[in-house]
Amino acid sequence: MLFPTLFGVVTLVFFMIALSPGDPARVMLGERASKEKIEKLRADLGLDKPLIQQYGLYLTRIVRLDFGESIKSGQKVWDEIKARYPATIELALCAMIFASVLGVWIGVISATRKNTWIDYTSMVGALFGVSMPVFWLALVLIMIFSVNLNLFPTGGRMNLRLFFQPETNFYLIDTFKLLLKGEPEYFLSALHHLILPSVALGTIPLAIIARTTRSSMLEVLKQDYVKTVRSAGIKEQRVVFRYALRNALMPVITVIGLQFGMLLAGALLTETIFAWPGIGKWIYQAIEARDYPAVQGGIIVISTSFVLINLAVDVLYSVINPKIRLQ
Amino acid sequence: MKKILRLSIIMLLALSASLFFSCKEKEAPMEEAAAVSVEDSKMGGTLVFARSGDSVGLDPARETDGESFYGSTQVYDTLVEFVPGTTEIQPALAESWSFSDDGLTVTFNLRKGVKFHDGTDFTSEAVVFSFERQFKEDHPFYKNGPWKYWGYMDMSNIVDDVIAVDDYTVEFKLKKKEAPFIANLAMDFAAIVSPAAAEKYGEDLTSNPVGTGPFKFVSWIKDDNIVYERNPDYWGGDVYLDRLILKVIPDATARWLALQKGEVDVVDFPSPEDLPEMMATDGIKVIQQEGLNVGYLALNNEKAPYDNVKVRQAMNYAIDRDEIVAAVYGAAGKPAKNPLPPTMWSYNDDIEAYPYDPEMAKQLLAEAGYADGFDTEIWAMPVARPYNPNGKKVAEVMQAQLAKVGINVEIVSYEWGTYLDKTDMGEHQAAMLGWTGDNGDPDNFLWVLLSAPAAEKPAGNIAFWKNAEFTALAAEAKEEMDVEKRTELYMKAQEIFHEEAPWVPIAHSVVSEPMKESVQDFYLYPTGKRVFAKVWIKK
Repeated sequence: MLFPTLFGVVTLVFFMIALSPGDPARVMLGERASKEKIEKLRADLGLDKPLIQQYGLYLTRIVRLDFGESIKSGQKVWDEIKARYPATIELALCAMIFASVLGVWIGVISATRKNTWIDYTSMVGALFGVSMPVFWLALVLIMIFSVNLNLFPTGGRMNLRLFFQPETNFYLIDTFKLLLKGEPEYFLSALHHLILPSVALGTIPLAIIARTTRSSMLEVLKQDYVKTVRSAGIKEQRVVFRYALRNALMPVITVIGLQFGMLLAGALLTETIFAWPGIGKWIYQAIEARDYPAVQGGIIVISTSFVLINLAVDVLYSVINPKIRLQ
Repeated sequence: MKKILRLSIIMLLALSASLFFSCKEKEAPMEEAAAVSVEDSKMGGTLVFARSGDSVGLDPARETDGESFYGSTQVYDTLVEFVPGTTEIQPALAESWSFSDDGLTVTFNLRKGVKFHDGTDFTSEAVVFSFERQFKEDHPFYKNGPWKYWGYMDMSNIVDDVIAVDDYTVEFKLKKKEAPFIANLAMDFAAIVSPAAAEKYGEDLTSNPVGTGPFKFVSWIKDDNIVYERNPDYWGGDVYLDRLILKVIPDATARWLALQKGEVDVVDFPSPEDLPEMMATDGIKVIQQEGLNVGYLALNNEKAPYDNVKVRQAMNYAIDRDEIVAAVYGAAGKPAKNPLPPTMWSYNDDIEAYPYDPEMAKQLLAEAGYADGFDTEIWAMPVARPYNPNGKKVAEVMQAQLAKVGINVEIVSYEWGTYLDKTDMGEHQAAMLGWTGDNGDPDNFLWVLLSAPAAEKPAGNIAFWKNAEFTALAAEAKEEMDVEKRTELYMKAQEIFHEEAPWVPIAHSVVSEPMKESVQDFYLYPTGKRVFAKVWIKK
């Protein structure tokens, strides 16, 4: 399924841009550009060739990860993505870890203590979490935990005065190497900078995960095999976490996968407020500037990640429930 | 459950470790400071400048946006430069310059002993290289363009050739007499780059800038920060900061919070609503300056009733600029009385603004034969600009004010592109517009916006005001090379403008730069540059 899906995505992105109204060359250069300049750019972009031939050329380029050059900066789109995507992945990953661990835990607690004040509080909290505007939450978090309580930095990925130079742009990986060499300050600073934005970005998924876990857990707890296990005299805690949760997790993992994929594309607001140099803002600016190669590259990379995450979710299913096999 | 417990303990530990560390990190810069002796107390420290967006590239001749110039201007110098905080020109990489008698050759004597950051010597060859790459199509580096600002400033119609006479003398051959040309050379696109570095990096010069400026480029993490270090051999004397960091924080509120917390030292583009709080905060100061722009209401002199000078003057008496600025601009604007912004040399401060005087307006209208007032359209800009943050709101305030003298206003607006096209063609009776200057030369305002030739459609002069005397003065000033004489001519031209009232000048924007009290000798530049060569931090 992986390759057909990816092929579909790539094809869709190509035709979406090829069929969008107006001549991309003209749009890129603006209405006052000279005829020759437009013709030259059309030739550079291969727009003067028949559509099928363009599509073939495009496919061969994509396979080599050659997305062309950004119109705005003149840099290779792939390099631009490599410089920014790791920041988004790192942030989204931390946000998802935060959201999943806490979300599943809250969901289970609510389900096992159904209709108690714990349940009500956490579900009202979850409702707040889902409806919270992210930029507002982010600013409030900064105001309270950063400015007033002075616990966290207001934004960025690293204390600037450490003059850190990344290699892979995955700061936790880069700084972990330094940590092993006995220079922990970089790793700790990176971790320290991740906390507030992860909380801000993870709040909505946290609420969704908590609600899904609760309802799925309630469903499972009603089933006969749970009664059987209980009647065998096994401790309730073990019943819940060992026997019930495993089955209840299936829909939760689906939600986690979807949410993770969405965070990769949708971290724009969090990235903006926390001055996080990720891909969300970059794509947004590329769309604004009609930087087609950049938009194309960005969409393909993000949708590929989405497909890969779904693949990982499928693998996880079979790990959790061996009855489900990968075909 | 136990696993979760264990996990949370580990996370808590990591958290507290990073918290502990956060307290520690503030002490880091102290070591640097300790090494500095008392006499040199200006020396040292790292300054973090928080700005709203990243540079696109760091080759200033290729870029057009302010953020790119912020990044490149730290590294590069120009032949001439602006005196800090003004639009006056002073020598920089050129120690002096002179015009030939026919005004078509300018000779620059270059500063000796200046080195680029890569260790190569600054000579006339670098000057010729930096300019020729922008307009000689057979130049090996021309292909690395597009060289947009060269085109914007119409340089190809001004400059014919750039010639190295000897190692430290350069001649510019001009196609026409053009005094503002010197001011163009203080702009970022006229920066002098190291030819050796251009050779080495090719197109990547844009991410590896090498110039002669106060700071050397160290590193650039896209959308995050650019780091510079002091150039100890700077020709302009001591550079005080050890390091300079330009940090991107896209959100204005987040920038302000970072300044409050002390993570950054200077903040760009504060949101106007935050200004009163910033000014009231201990340890924070706000430096302000009028921007190099003007917002105005152009009265179309080709259409009745604005062909009558008394009506135009009456409009000026009947509109209360103070009320407009207070209601719409807030702390982000100052009322205007001249077409030139106050930071421009030759700004005529002796001119008295038309006071708000509805009675006087009525009297003038009566004299002009409009005792009962008249109906008029006022066109309002559909977009926010620094010189006019809300065209429609300004129009509404004018509408209410003009109603008091019997003038009925209908507010008209179009989509921005259409608006510009229609006003260029003179379809309006009265229209709001504005202008932001590029090179800090008065010609860039008075000629472009108010001369008779600029009233040719599509026009820059959308008042379609064709005053022979004014145009003659502006034309003479264009060809006059002596700055004092030019000043006189422009002063006179502004008096004619005031008397003839082709516009109702509305306001100039006010640029605000909040920073820590400890930041010293920071000047705003009217042209929008951010220069840190002489900035120091009080310890």
